[in-house]
Amino acid sequence: MSAAPRPARPAWAGPLGLHHPGDTVLHRASPGAKLLGLALVGVLAVTVPGVPAAIATCALVGALAALGRLPLRATARSVAPIALTAALVGAYQWWARGWQVGIEVGLDLVTVVLAATVLTSTTRADVMLDALVRVARPLRHVGIAPETFALAVALMLRTIPALVEAFAEARDAARARGLDRDPRALLVPAAVRTVARARATGDALAARGIGE
Amino acid sequence: MIEFDAATVTAYAARDGGGAPDDVRTLLHPVTCRLVERRVAVIGANGSGKSTLARLVNGLTLPSAGAVRVDGLDTARDGRAVRQRVGFVFSDPDAQLVMPTAVEDVALSLRRLPLAAAEREARAREILGRFGLADRAETPVHALSGGQKQLLAIAGVLATEPAVLVCDEPTTRLDLRWRTIVDDLLDGLDQQVLHVTHDLDAAARADRVLVVDEGAVVHDGDPAEGVARYRALMAATAGCAARSAATG
Repeated sequence: MSAAPRPARPAWAGPLGLHHPGDTVLHRASPGAKLLGLALVGVLAVTVPGVPAAIATCALVGALAALGRLPLRATARSVAPIALTAALVGAYQWWARGWQVGIEVGLDLVTVVLAATVLTSTTRADVMLDALVRVARPLRHVGIAPETFALAVALMLRTIPALVEAFAEARDAARARGLDRDPRALLVPAAVRTVARARATGDALAARGIGE
Repeated sequence: MIEFDAATVTAYAARDGGGAPDDVRTLLHPVTCRLVERRVAVIGANGSGKSTLARLVNGLTLPSAGAVRVDGLDTARDGRAVRQRVGFVFSDPDAQLVMPTAVEDVALSLRRLPLAAAEREARAREILGRFGLADRAETPVHALSGGQKQLLAIAGVLATEPAVLVCDEPTTRLDLRWRTIVDDLLDGLDQQVLHVTHDLDAAARADRVLVVDEGAVVHDGDPAEGVARYRALMAATAGCAARSAATG
């Protein structure tokens, strides 16, 4: 009996997912407050030690994700690579410094990324840009345009799935030539594609007069 | 109006086998012309200098000598003002779409205008509707088809209503259906359009055709004659290449 056909998955949207339109309290909250909340979660994860605190912070962020009605499957898919990294880092910490540290470090990593996912899922990138421009206003005193800073952050988020795509294309090309075991056949073209994409994006931004 | 005043582009080229990059190559020999027609096509072989010519108009490439002016604005001196007047569409929309969703990408273009966030979003949605992409407003850009991406890229550029649109092979990666859609869209625009293309049917519909060969404009004028000149050039080049291959 043949297996039931499985539809291909959509392209990975990056570790922080995409905006999901909605009308929850979190969607209506100001992006500045949400950025502050994200910073607070980061500070809590780093400064409050212990497994109970890590579990509590993670549960709190999980509750916020539920409050923002983040789609479970898409969110899990966004966070999955980080969860895997957290598991590896946590396992190493368990071995090196004991199980409490291992669990705490792994949970803290997942918590911070989940909090960032809640932020990006409930805030339009455009609205986030406005908030980042406001937050970055003091940078004007050191010669950095807030608009440029905000755009750089937005581009960084967009670049992550593009990088994954560049590696996937390079991997497919290497496979097609029977070179899938040669790391050079993956890394060199992926790096070249990434640089070419960065240059093309720079050109496109300049052509649109963005960041001037 | 686009004016090329002996505009020349040169670039350093590294010597074969390394060494100091002190050889200067001419990418575009002096071009002098005034383009006032609504539809101007630029055709030529790959690497002939078409894109260099197109990039001069938006100030993405600055002339090494001479000048390029758009409505009297010098691309070297008034780059910002020129880019507000000249939109540019690339062949690869992936490089051009920088925001996560379609509506956000169009809204990014509108940030140049003094609009409140809500008005910006409303305007972006209205523009998407005009381009038949209203139902794709919330779609992640990476999930759009190639044709939809190119349409979105054009929508993003036209959002700020530039006076001139430069298109660098916008239909090269598209299938026939999307090529027709994009061609029809470009044909119907009020803007002056400088269209770099390999599509000779599109070139033949233009009001004026420039043929670029080895960095020089070798024909400037009637579209039918320009297309014939280009075909003759390509036939001669293909013949030379075939003879070289046959003789090893």
